[in-house]
Amino acid sequence: MRKTKTRDGADGRAVHDVGGLDFGAIDRTEHDLALWEKRVDSMMILLYSKKGLWTVDAMRRTIEDYGQQTYDKIAYYEKWMRAMRNLLVEQEVVSRAEIDAKMAEVADRHRAAGRTVPTHKATWS
Amino acid sequence: MGVYEVMEEAVRLLLIEKGILTDAEIAAQIDLIDSRSPALGAKVVARAWTDAAFKQRLLADCRAALMEMQIDIGQIAEFKVVENTPETHNVIVCTLCSCYPKLLLGIPPAWYKNLAYRSRTVVDPRGVLAEFGVKVPKSQEVRVHDSTADLRYIVLPMRPKGTEKLDEPALAALVSRDAMIGTAIPTYA
Repeated sequence: MRKTKTRDGADGRAVHDVGGLDFGAIDRTEHDLALWEKRVDSMMILLYSKKGLWTVDAMRRTIEDYGQQTYDKIAYYEKWMRAMRNLLVEQEVVSRAEIDAKMAEVADRHRAAGRTVPTHKATWS
Repeated sequence: MGVYEVMEEAVRLLLIEKGILTDAEIAAQIDLIDSRSPALGAKVVARAWTDAAFKQRLLADCRAALMEMQIDIGQIAEFKVVENTPETHNVIVCTLCSCYPKLLLGIPPAWYKNLAYRSRTVVDPRGVLAEFGVKVPKSQEVRVHDSTADLRYIVLPMRPKGTEKLDEPALAALVSRDAMIGTAIPTYA
């Protein structure tokens, strides 16, 4: 059964339900999207609006299910990418093993081309 | 490169291998994203400033009015235009996530999606607006519109004084992204 992840010190509020709390000054730095971020946006929209694999609400539910540490730490399109990965597994479109193997292959290829790729893996859930 | 960038490439390759998406579909969707920007929203605002009948249609039925300008907002959500007046200043936020009229204004700014703006705008809008350099007089009410996945708002700012002789393109150039979020006010020197 789904268990709502709550935010510390917020009286049982869900992790994403931040309206009325105080997270301090607004960082107004502008951020131009990288190509990979545009691809994440594009694939996510295509998968739910054109391919009907899930709904926008399912995507939100997936993001809202991250624990507070992940929710607050990872960047916006990282949240989307993680949601896409989790939904594709949940819908049995791809398996965890397929994703792990393909990520290892992609990382090795980039390392061979001289790029720095982190050795840690993204956790599941 | 980061671990999520690796994940993006891996998932994209798997989806293409399995025939679920094609490179061409992804490229076309990126083109659609790139075609929507604050400049498009600014054109709509300039039209509303110069054509009172269009403005009424825009306020009554945003989807239909935008179609008159060949702007299709898709099927994901409805849009609603909220008009600034001498009595009311409007500002938009999405406290729960990041809902935004992307198919009119493009991708939202990073700060719109961050916890500080999302948390504080509904409880201290005047304080937030002051951080953006917008001082709303006490005589003007501030209305905060909390967007949802199904309904996204756009602010129609007030036309600046002294712009009576400007044409639509010149007016559109005065309208910034933030003016349509409500965190800026168009000015004309």
